Amino acid sequence: MAAMLIDLTLVGFMLAIAVMIMFSHRLFAIIVMSGAYSLISAAMFVNLDAVDVAFTEAAVGAGFSTVLFLAAMAWLPAEEKRDKALVVLPLLICVVVGALLLWGVMALPPLGDPSAVVHHHVAPRYLAESYDKLHIPNVVTTVLASYRGFDTLGETIVIFTAGIGVLLILKGATGRQPSPIPHDDTEDTDEK
Amino acid sequence: MLDQLLSHWNYIIVVLLMMIGLFIVISSMNLVKKLVGLSLFQTSVFLFYISLGKIEGGTAPIIITGGHGDHGNSTHDILYSNPLPHVLILTAIVVGVATTALGLSLVLRIKASFNSIEEDEILAEKRVMKSEGRS
Repeated sequence: MAAMLIDLTLVGFMLAIAVMIMFSHRLFAIIVMSGAYSLISAAMFVNLDAVDVAFTEAAVGAGFSTVLFLAAMAWLPAEEKRDKALVVLPLLICVVVGALLLWGVMALPPLGDPSAVVHHHVAPRYLAESYDKLHIPNVVTTVLASYRGFDTLGETIVIFTAGIGVLLILKGATGRQPSPIPHDDTEDTDEK
Repeated sequence: MLDQLLSHWNYIIVVLLMMIGLFIVISSMNLVKKLVGLSLFQTSVFLFYISLGKIEGGTAPIIITGGHGDHGNSTHDILYSNPLPHVLILTAIVVGVATTALGLSLVLRIKASFNSIEEDEILAEKRVMKSEGRS
């Protein structure tokens, strides 16, 4: 029951922050609030037993991507221009999509149900065999680096491509405007 | 019905957060705010996947050995949450930051070319450029 109460508090914070982001027009406030949103979702991941994901979300989602946004803001205006946001059509789209998603979500097994189909495919094999075969206690690490090592290699290629893309795009941006184009934040992207 | 709402409450919240993110992406004209909305949407998808992997009464999927470092044979009665969604989301978080970086560099490039990051101003500017190019 206590865990449920903590979950509800965290989720309430997340909803409140999301609504505040929706109504805010100051970009710095929006960016910092999205960092807070990521951090609270990291706490939520701990409650849902995903400790590795929580670490990554806190470091990468709340830390690194907030820094990226703030670095980019050095060359961008700090205020969103008001009174011209679309409201009616997006609201209609969101209500329809949300209703469809809710309809779909209700057909899922209840939260935490041990007999759900997802828990009876390959996951039991990883949990039962990985320690005896590879002697790494953390199953998430084992699956990520060993069973699915090639997929992780593919992920690295995606990030490498993104890094090259950032470098090329920012290099093409010089010339027309006197405003300086950042070079340091692209180097940060590569190290990820 | 109420029973089902209670047992699926996490998914309902996820859908709400997702729709707030989608609304920000569609309705806002500011490109940076759009990117923030996209990352909000992304985080709620992460939350959805992690919720799917949760098992009631389970613990984090780190094998608890006997404490002497030998084989974890006596541990099969411990219930672990499903590690597979965690692996997927670890990958997704890192790729998400890569896409955010790429999006931000595009925004900077747009700012350099059009001197604005508001979508309608950029479109108006493009229209002007196009008509000037034709005449």
